[in-house]
Parts: sequence; C-alpha cells; structure tokens
Amino acid sequence: MVPVLFILATLAFFFVRIAPGGPFDTDKAIPPEIFKNIQAKYHLDKPLYVQYGYYLADLVRGDLGPSFRYASRTVNEIIAETLPVSAQLGLGGMLFALLIGFSSGMVAASKPNSWRDYVPMGMSLLGVCLPSFAIGPLLVLLFALHLGWFNTSGWNEWKDMVLPSVTLGIMYAAYFSRLVRVGFLDVLHQDFIKTAKSKGLSGFKIFFRHAFKGGVLPATTFASIATAGILSGSLVVETIFNIPGLGRFFVQSALNRDYTLVIGTTLFFAVILSFMFLLADIIYVYLDPRVRHD
Amino acid sequence: MKKLIFKFSILLTCLTPASSALAAQLAAEQEIRIGNGTEPRELDPATSTGVPESHIEDNLFEGLCSYDPFTLKPLPGAAESWQISADAKVYTFKLRQNLKWSDGKKLDANDFVYAWRRALAPETASEYAYQLYYIKNGEAFNKGKIKDAAQLGVVAKDAHTLVVTLEKPTPYFLNLTSFHTLYPVPRHVIEKHKGQEWTKEGNMVSNGPFKLVEWRLNKHIKLVPNPHYWDKGRIKIKTAYFMPIENENTEERAFISGQLHMTTTVPSIKIPHYQKLKKRDPKNAVYHSDPMLGTYFYRFNVTKKPTSDKRVRKALSLAIDRRLIVDKIARGGQMPAWSFVPPDTAGYTYPRTFLNESPTAKDLAEARRLMKEAGYPNGKGFPKIDLLYNTSEGHKKIAVAIQQMWKKHLGIEIGILNQEWKVFLNTVRALNYNISRAGWIGDYLDPNTFLDMYVTGGGNNDLGWSNKKYDQYIKKAAAELDHAKRLQYFRQAEDLLMEDMAVMPIYYYTNNSLVSPKVKMYGVDGKLRDWAGNLSDRILLKYYVMTK
Repeated sequence: MVPVLFILATLAFFFVRIAPGGPFDTDKAIPPEIFKNIQAKYHLDKPLYVQYGYYLADLVRGDLGPSFRYASRTVNEIIAETLPVSAQLGLGGMLFALLIGFSSGMVAASKPNSWRDYVPMGMSLLGVCLPSFAIGPLLVLLFALHLGWFNTSGWNEWKDMVLPSVTLGIMYAAYFSRLVRVGFLDVLHQDFIKTAKSKGLSGFKIFFRHAFKGGVLPATTFASIATAGILSGSLVVETIFNIPGLGRFFVQSALNRDYTLVIGTTLFFAVILSFMFLLADIIYVYLDPRVRHD
Repeated sequence: MKKLIFKFSILLTCLTPASSALAAQLAAEQEIRIGNGTEPRELDPATSTGVPESHIEDNLFEGLCSYDPFTLKPLPGAAESWQISADAKVYTFKLRQNLKWSDGKKLDANDFVYAWRRALAPETASEYAYQLYYIKNGEAFNKGKIKDAAQLGVVAKDAHTLVVTLEKPTPYFLNLTSFHTLYPVPRHVIEKHKGQEWTKEGNMVSNGPFKLVEWRLNKHIKLVPNPHYWDKGRIKIKTAYFMPIENENTEERAFISGQLHMTTTVPSIKIPHYQKLKKRDPKNAVYHSDPMLGTYFYRFNVTKKPTSDKRVRKALSLAIDRRLIVDKIARGGQMPAWSFVPPDTAGYTYPRTFLNESPTAKDLAEARRLMKEAGYPNGKGFPKIDLLYNTSEGHKKIAVAIQQMWKKHLGIEIGILNQEWKVFLNTVRALNYNISRAGWIGDYLDPNTFLDMYVTGGGNNDLGWSNKKYDQYIKKAAAELDHAKRLQYFRQAEDLLMEDMAVMPIYYYTNNSLVSPKVKMYGVDGKLRDWAGNLSDRILLKYYVMTK
C-alpha cells in the first residue's frame, strides 16, 4: 500500500501542476511584483523538484501541507473537519442501499415471475436510471417543500441525514437488488437445494440457511465497487444538500488548483478505497469456500 | 491651508428611538441567515479578494469611514471627522476616543498605520495591495523599491489623529477607506499566531459591529454583536449566519423552505416566475433585481486576424440583438449595454451612440457593408475562428445565440469553444484567442475602475489594444480635481474605446437575489425601510432588522 500511495502522491503532485493555471490566477490580474511575493510565500517560485522534496518530507511526517486556497487552514485540518460528515453520509447511503437492495432482491427471488418479483425489479430499473442530481431535488420537492418533513439542505440534526442517504444509496440499492435476485435464483436451481427440498425442509429454512451465503455472493463482490461509487457520488449529493463534507472539496480543490488539497484528498480517498477492497476480499473468502481452499 | 469638508453632527451617530408601533413589528428572534456563495478563502481583510469574504469582513470590521447601506455614501466610521487639504492630497482623520477591539483592547491611529503597512508589505503578499497604491509611496513600498515603512503616506500624529498623504488627488478615497483592504487589523492578536491562524474561530478579534463566534467549513460562519463597538446601540440583529451555498438551486430551495432569509443568486430559469409573483403582489415580493457596477462583454483580440480589423469588430458588434439576449437568455432583469462603463457610475453616463438594443435594418446594412469593405462580402472568405468562453451553461447559451446572430446577419461561421476557468484565464492572458467572453465588476464607484483597465500595458488589458490618446485622457482624468472635467476626459477616452470597438458590450449586470419580506433595514436616519440592494452588493447588518 505504501508504494501505491507514494506513486499516487507523485503522479498527483506533477499532474496538478501540469494543468494550466495556478492556485493564485484570478480574473483581475495581479501586478507581477505582488504575484512574485505570493509565489514566494508558498514556495511556488522554487524549482519543481525542490517543491516535490518539501512535499515528500512533510508527507512522511503525515503533514499534507497548508491549503493554497483556504489560507487559515491546513489540509489535515480540512480533512479532519469534513471527513466525519462524509463518513456519516456514506455510511447512511450504504446502509440504505444494503437494506433495501438485499431485502427487495430476496423478496423478488422468493417467487420469481410474480408481482413480488415485478414490483421490486421495476423499481430497481427506475433506481438505476435516475441520476442522483434528479432524485435529490425530487425528494426535496416532495418531502421537504411539499410535506415539510425534512429540511431542504444542511447538516444539523439526524433528520438531515435521511434524504441525502436515500439519494446517495438509491442507485446502489437497485444494483444490489438485481444482484441478490440473480444470486439467489442461481443458487436455488442447484442440486444441493433440490436435495434439501426432497428432504422436506421448509422453504424458509432453505432460503436463509442453505441458499443465503451463495445468494449474496455476487452482491458482496459488488459492495466494494459500490463503496467507491458512493464515495465519489457523495460530492454530487453534498452539493445538492449543501452538506459540509469532504466530497465537495475533492472537486472544488481541483478546479481551484489548490495543489496540496488535491493531493491530500486524492491520497485520502485512495487509502479508504484500498481498505474497502481489502475488506471485500476478506468477506468474499468467508462466504465462498472455493476461494478459501485455493 | 486646510478646508473643513465634513463635520457630522452628533445627531447622525445617535440612534433615533424606535416608536412603540415599530417595536411591535419586530420579530422576537433577531436571527438572520444569508446564503453567501462559496466558502470564504480567508477572513483577513488585508489579503482577501472575494465577494463572499467581503460580506463577512464588512460586518466584522470597520474602516475610517463607514457608508450608507443604501447609497454607499461615506459616513464617519472609526473616524468621527476628517479634513482634506486644498490640494486634495492630505487627509487628516480624527478618530473616535472610545474605540475598542472586540476583546476590549484599545484601538487607535497606530492600529491603522500598522494595518496599512502590513497590507502593503511584500511578505504579506496581498493580491489587493494595489488598493493602497493611492497612498504616497504605497506602490514603491509594495514592490520593494522602498524598504522603510516610515516613508509611507500614513502617519499617526497622535493616538487619535491619522494623517494620510496621497500620491495624487483621488476623489473616491473616502469610499476606499470603507473597503476591506484598508480595515484596521489587531496587531496584538496577529503577532501571537502563525500566518492566518489569527482569523480562526476563537482567535479572531475585530473592531466592527459584529464579532466571529463560529467558522464551520462549508457550513456556516456565525456572527454576534460586538459588545465593544462604539455604535452598538444601533444593532438589532442578535445572530447572523453566513452560509456557503454554491448551488443556486439548493440555495433557492433553502430560501423557499425558510432556512435562508437572503440569497445571493436566483436560478435564471426561475426568474420569470418570481417576476410574475412580484407583479401580482409587489408588497410581499421576494425577488430583487438591483443594478450592479458591472458589464458583461466580449473582448476582441486586436492583434490577431480577422479581429484586428476595426471594421470587422464593429460589424460583429452591430449585428447582435442585445435586447433578445437579455430578455430571452440571461433573463435576470439585465440592461442591454451600449457602453463599457455602466450608466450612472458616480454621475457618469456614456450617451447612447451607435449601438442599439436590437439592430435596426440600417444597422444590419451597415454591418454588412463593413464586412464587405473588410473583404468578406456576405461572410465569404471569413477565417474560421472561435468564440472562447469559460465553462458555464449561462455563457454557453449566450455564445450560441450570438453565433447564430452572426451567421444569420453576416453569413459567417464561428466556432464556440469553452475552457475551464483557470485554463481560460491563461489563454486570454496569452492573447491566444480571437473573441472571448468577459465580465468586469468595478472595484469602486468611479468610471476609472473600468477605463484604466485598457491603458497601454495595463495588467488587465487582454486585448492587445493600445491608444496613446486614450492613455493621455486617463492620465488627465486622474490629475483633474474638477469632477465635471474628469468626467469629460472619461467620456473622450470611452469614445476612443467604443469607436475602435475593442470590446463589445453586451449587457450591464444586475444583482439578483431573493430576500424575505421579514428582512427590513433602518436608514442612517433611524427610519425603518424595506430592504434594498446597493450598487456594490454590500451587506451591512448593523442596519438590518427582522420583522414579523
């Protein structure tokens, strides 16, 4: 993991500097003398390899440097302040996706080609098709402006988590639902299930005892991808609901050419993603005996 | 000999007692929540540059002068009076006796000397240091040509007398003293902290009507009244939240649900709806469209073919329908522009000359004639060039419309090209374009803030345009004391700019916002009035009040 992060930090460091424009370019031209002073203040006047050296030296100590845009804050401070918010939002979204996705997928698989199958599958088709920038405002319109149950935006009370979590999770709930359905149908047609049936076991027991592990397997593999999606999806949702999370900084920092914040957030998301992939692998090994035996 | 110009009576600074009928109207909870665009980059008034930052700093700090919240006319602020020398170069400010920082420490003339030296010091690296170039040796000191700060034209004669010497007469200098770059900053706090950490929640100390109590990234900045402010009796608002909301739709929804009392934007697609509501019920209208000191225009690169040809530039400018753009595309109550400087800028209005709101048949014939003369009859042989704009849905729509107008009326095919903001800035600076979108918001209420931009070699002259006569008029205007004569010079300068059509004005900006009818404002006279915007989009909460 450390070499991966090192390569990533290096790539991010140079790529963001190759992009035209710098953190202090504005539409009102700055007199060259003042511009020089600003460059000097942030060591931007030094050769690139020197800047890179400074950056690595700080990075090793866990210091991601000062933000070039938010003058009174360091990148570490920004991440520390906004990460908990994004984590809560991501967790909420994931929880919603898993809960709705798994339950509706299992309902659908329990009686294929009946209304119990068609309704959740129809809904999931809708969920996959609707992007969050459409769902978010629609939910706000209905539940916040029309019914008045929630705030339209902000992050102050527990209720503020509901609409953003649903917006964030709905697409993944739809995917999960389909994967779970397929997974279960696949398993339910296998011989050992037929054996269990012929032994006279109840449908309920077969479903949850014998088919469960195999049934959720495809969805589990997808969970790590979903985590990545939810992480990057959070920036759209954070904007729609004006949530003070890290996602907004991820995009904004690139547009602002806030060099240190770009690298800092990139590294940070990389760490989280690698961790999630690892977690998915572990769960997979637990669920699928074939992998374990290899 | 010194001439007494302003001496304000005590009356003005005293609060007129509110009548009981009025008091009954006031809301019990004096809390205001304001949508404020992007997250502030910083709150150091000496170095900040953005509008969201200035909204907050204007309430945290106060300069030598304050200003009327409606007209922006300078009023006594930290200074209770001032004298201006006969040559208009020396200002002697008399500071109030009882000035204090929000932590209770005394504030005097030396704090201003410190603040201005700091803003100009090269190591502070302030982008807006040039706002202090009007002060004697300000520019030389900032550029490192003079090392001794004592040579700056700002001296504390005693604790309550500040003598400011200018490089040259500057008619808008009093206005400038109410601009954030010139605000005093607390030396005793700044020197205790590293970099800008003094502006953080818990550290920040200021001298204005309000003080900072919370600063949550991308969430809100919370202000409460400063108990040490000299005019605290006037303040009605008990809590103010400035909330960064970048997305205009999110902001509008928050406003509708009552989470915000004021917005800084209105989604353009919703403007007709709000205009209709306003017509139906003007008393409870929430939509406000205020003129702004700014112009939306296209630049021509005069160094590159075919826009190097004045006839081509003029033809292009004559053939666009500004009225249509404003009414059907921009839709924010903007005004079609016929000049570069917006009308009524400190008494200056450029007369309507040859640019009509919608091109007449005569205009179009003239445009076609000019194109023919330039060698492109009916657009034949016109090189393939691009119209460059910075990525934004709004700019794109206007660009497409203009592209079509040119195709229809002049028979030319022009490509449209968008670039991300920072890339765009670089392309334009490098004169690597033919036609590009542009906008300019004035820094201060004077035509100079627009016109001095295009002097030869000016830092923001991204046209490659140069005209010796123009440079002279701008120079003459700067040295002229007589207001009418100054305006005459500006008029002559703008004549040259328009005659050459180096820039193509499209519309004058308006400031669109939604404001709850609950938000009211006191005038300087203490009378309660409906909320109204001002030319520079400044929010002075000291005069605000929430009603039921």
